[in-house]
Amino acid sequence: MNGAHDMGGRRDLGPLESEKNEPVFHASWEARVYALTRAMAAWGKWNLDASRHALELMPAVDYLRMSYYERWFHRLASQVVEYGMVSKEEIDSGKAAPGSMKATPAMTLATSSHWLSRGIPSSQDPHIRPRFEVRERVRARNIDPSGHTRLPRYARGKTGVIVRDHGVYLFPDSNAHFQGEKRQHVYSVRFAATELWGEIAPPRDSVHLDLWDDYLERD
Amino acid sequence: MPDIVQEGEKHQAVPSDLTLRVKSLESLLVEKGLVDPAALDVLIDTMQNKVGPRNGARVVARAWMSPAYKQRLLENAPAAIAELGFTSGQGEHTVVVENSATVHNLVVCTLCSCYPWPVLGLPPVWYKSAPYRSRAVIDPRGILREFGTQLPDDVEVRVWDSTAELRYLVLPERPSGTEVMNEEQLVSIITRDAMVGVAKVTLPSSRGRA
Repeated sequence: MNGAHDMGGRRDLGPLESEKNEPVFHASWEARVYALTRAMAAWGKWNLDASRHALELMPAVDYLRMSYYERWFHRLASQVVEYGMVSKEEIDSGKAAPGSMKATPAMTLATSSHWLSRGIPSSQDPHIRPRFEVRERVRARNIDPSGHTRLPRYARGKTGVIVRDHGVYLFPDSNAHFQGEKRQHVYSVRFAATELWGEIAPPRDSVHLDLWDDYLERD
Repeated sequence: MPDIVQEGEKHQAVPSDLTLRVKSLESLLVEKGLVDPAALDVLIDTMQNKVGPRNGARVVARAWMSPAYKQRLLENAPAAIAELGFTSGQGEHTVVVENSATVHNLVVCTLCSCYPWPVLGLPPVWYKSAPYRSRAVIDPRGILREFGTQLPDDVEVRVWDSTAELRYLVLPERPSGTEVMNEEQLVSIITRDAMVGVAKVTLPSSRGRA
């Protein structure tokens, strides 16, 4: 969906500020939110794409105002309610409802190393054929999905060249909505900076995006 | 609970009750048996103490020292990185892109905050910030200038927008004057910023000239 998160190409989002000797977390609540988010993901009630989409659904004013881990906190607090793991009343009171069942954590100390090393599914499945070849010219489709997508607005309708076939990955646009994995090839596509931004861009420069088969068409 | 008072946030104004709300959510999830507090501590310790840009610096230094390792790294980064023992999640689809006298690479995730965790750890605030995410693709040379590097016009800039599950690590150019340095010394001069591509690796004596 077109949203505040899809911000590539804007110039109005303020000055860049970097902090010297920045700590990994700026406060202990940030560390706890990070860890809670990963530990709760181990339940498998949602997937990475659905989790990304949950952030995108935030109203733009909130998305832009909140700090990174503040967004994560609000996402987790709404996910646990949406997926039926905790009730709204329990969130508000901070106490489990009387008589509610106690679960066994999906991620325990003993299994945490398994979860830490767990990767993102992909494959080189030979049965899933690539629709495009390296060096082929392609156009990013001009689509405007109402749900999750990883095709940024700034590339839609633009032409580029396939420079690498990365193999087969789950399709985020369907997977985020639990509508199937639709495994397909992902390619590195090189777009000339002038194609994306016009003649003002340096002629040699380029932006590479990793794009799924379904985002592309022959030019 | 004295730690609440000490906690500050330098970058963003955060509602003062967030510390309490996070504590409340955590205690609720623990009470319901949904999370194990000991597992949370391991997750945090991993990111604070085990994973970080020193890992990436080790990979880069090894590539500078060993042409054979560099070739393996460029051909199959996950396997070459695993050779050095860095194998935690989110790194299985790492791609290494090499800077040279004629090409400069810069990494961004315009849509969220994708970053090569096993070699660089969690991303800094600026990498996840709206100003960086928005401008890195349209004005990478401006971003580099703000980090203190002016690229000549004839250098080709390649921006890598991490829109899928591939994670990018920049192999910076080895600066001249480092020929006599050993791997440990090289590791000490290789910065996170250079491995994201917003800066070059410089010798300590030439630092801070921005």
